Amino acid sequence: MRSLFGPRPLLPGFRLSLGCAVLYLSLLVLLPLSGLVFKASQLSLAAFWEIASGERALASYRVTFGASLLAASINTVFGLIVAWVLVRYSFPGKRLIDALVDLPFALPTAVAGITLATLYAGNGWIGRYLEPLGFKIAFAPPGIVVALTFIGLPFVVRTLQPVIEDIEPEVEEAAASLGASRLQTFVRVLWPALLPALLTGFTLAFSRSIGEYGSVIFIAGNMPLISEITPLLIISKLEQYDVVGATALAVVMLFISFVMLFVVNGLQWWAATRHGARAADGALR
Amino acid sequence: MSTLARRRATAEPPWLRRLLLAVGLGFLVLFLLLPLLAVFAEAFAAGGRAYLEALQDHDARSAIALTLLVAVLVLPLNICFGVTAAWAIAKFEFRGKSLLITLIDLPFAVSPVVVGLVFLLIFGAQGLFGPWLAANDIKVVFALPAIVLVTMFITLPFVARELIPLMQAQGREEEEAAVSLGATGWQMFRRVTLPNIRWGLLYGVILANARAMGEFGAVSVVSGHIRGETNTLPLHVEILYNEYNAVGAFASASVLALLALVTLAAKTVVEWRLRREVRMLSAALPPENN
Repeated sequence: MRSLFGPRPLLPGFRLSLGCAVLYLSLLVLLPLSGLVFKASQLSLAAFWEIASGERALASYRVTFGASLLAASINTVFGLIVAWVLVRYSFPGKRLIDALVDLPFALPTAVAGITLATLYAGNGWIGRYLEPLGFKIAFAPPGIVVALTFIGLPFVVRTLQPVIEDIEPEVEEAAASLGASRLQTFVRVLWPALLPALLTGFTLAFSRSIGEYGSVIFIAGNMPLISEITPLLIISKLEQYDVVGATALAVVMLFISFVMLFVVNGLQWWAATRHGARAADGALR
Repeated sequence: MSTLARRRATAEPPWLRRLLLAVGLGFLVLFLLLPLLAVFAEAFAAGGRAYLEALQDHDARSAIALTLLVAVLVLPLNICFGVTAAWAIAKFEFRGKSLLITLIDLPFAVSPVVVGLVFLLIFGAQGLFGPWLAANDIKVVFALPAIVLVTMFITLPFVARELIPLMQAQGREEEEAAVSLGATGWQMFRRVTLPNIRWGLLYGVILANARAMGEFGAVSVVSGHIRGETNTLPLHVEILYNEYNAVGAFASASVLALLALVTLAAKTVVEWRLRREVRMLSAALPPENN
C-alpha cells in the first residue's frame, strides 16, 4: 500500500473515499457498459459487421456525422463571435444574455425538440418565411442541423470565454505598436491563442451532437436512409425486438464515444501545456 | 491622446464592432430567445384557462410527481459520489488518477439511448438478470428502479466535476490543520471542508437536478411509457405532442422551461459567489507562486 501510494498521508478517509467512488463508478457505469460489449461479443464478427454496415446503418451514420459536423462548425464560427462580443464589448442586457447562453444545458431536450419543430414548421414563426423561398427545414435533414446547433451552442462559447478573458492587453498593444494592423494582430497573435480552445469547443459540441436524441427526433422527420439518426435506428430496432441489432449499433456508438473522449482529453492537455508554456514564458519575462 | 490611440490600435474599427455585435446577438436571438418565447406563446395559445386545465390533468400531475421523485432519489447519491470522488482525487496522490477523472467524464460522452439500452440488456426480460427478477416478481425495467438507474448514470459527473478543480485549488492545509489540532474526520469535514465547498457543491447539484428532471432519451428507452405510472414530464410532453395536443404538450413543456430559467438564475447567482470565493482564495495565496 505504502509503496504504491507513497508516504502515508495526514488526512483521513483516502481509502474509504476512493473505495466508495470506484465502487459506485464500477457498479453504475463500468459493469453495465462491459455488459453491452459482452452481449455484442456473442455475435460472430461477420454478423456484427453485417449489422454495423447495413444500408440503413450506413445512411444513419452519414446523417448523424454530417449534421453533427455541420452544426459544430456553425457553432464554432458563431460561438467565436458570441464569446468575443460577450467578453470584449459592453452593451445593455449583457449579463442577462450571458446567463442565457447556458439555456441549451438547462432546457430538457424534448422541449427544445418540439419548440424548434414548431418554429421551423411551414406555419411556424420562422418556417413561414423560409418555406416560400424553398427552404424546408423542419421534418427534413436541415432540421437536424438546427436542433444540433441549439444543443451544441454553449460548448464553444463557454470554452472560449475564459481564454479571451486571459489574453493580456499588453500582447495586443505590443503587436499594434510594432505596426501590425488589427487583422494581422488577430491572425498572428490572437488566433494561435484561441485555436486550442476553439478546437476543444468544436469537439465537445460535435461529440454531444453525435449521441443526441431528444431534440432531433421531433424535428427530423425520421425517414429511413434520409433523416434517420443512429440513436433513433437503435430505438426502432428495439421496438422491433431486434435486441441483437440494437446492441451491435450501440457498440459502434460506444466506440465512437471513447474515441471522442480520448480526443477531447488530448486537446485539453494540448491547450493546458500551451497555456502553461505561455504563463511560464510570461514569468521569465 | 496616447490612451485613445492605443485603444484604437487594439480594438476593432467601429463598423466591424457593430457588425460583430449584430451577428453575435442575432445568432443568440434566433437560437435561444425565439425558442424560449415560443414555448410560452404556444402554451398560452388557447388562453390561460386551457393552460391551467392541461396542467391539472391527472397524467400531467403524476408525471410531475414522478419527475420530482426521481430527482429526490438520485441527487443524494450523486452528492455522495461527487464528494467522495473529489476528496480522493483532490487531496491525495495515487496511480491511475487521470484515468479515474476520464472515467468520471464517460457518462457525458455516451449517447442517452445507449445508456438506456445498457440497462435494458441487464434487467430486461431477455437480459442478464431478467429471468431471476421475473421469478422473484421484481420489476426493474419499465418501472421506477430503471428510471432512477439511468438518471444516476446520466448525472454522475456533474457534482464531481465541479468539486475536483475547486478542492484542488483549495489545497490540503486547512484540513491538515484541523486534523493536527485533534479534529475527527467527520468534524474536519463538517467544519472545514463543507463550508469551503458549499457553493461549488450547490452549483453541481443545480446542474445535476436540471439534467435529472429533463432527461429524455435514456428514460424513454427504459420507462415503457405507461401513462400515469412511468411517464416522467419530458415523456409526457412527447406523448401529448405526438397526439397533436399542442396546448397540452407546450403547457407541460413550459413547466420544464420555467425550471430551466430557475436553473439559469440560480446558477448565475452561485457562479457569482463562487467567483468571489476563488478570488479571495487566490488573494490569500502565498506570493511564492508568482
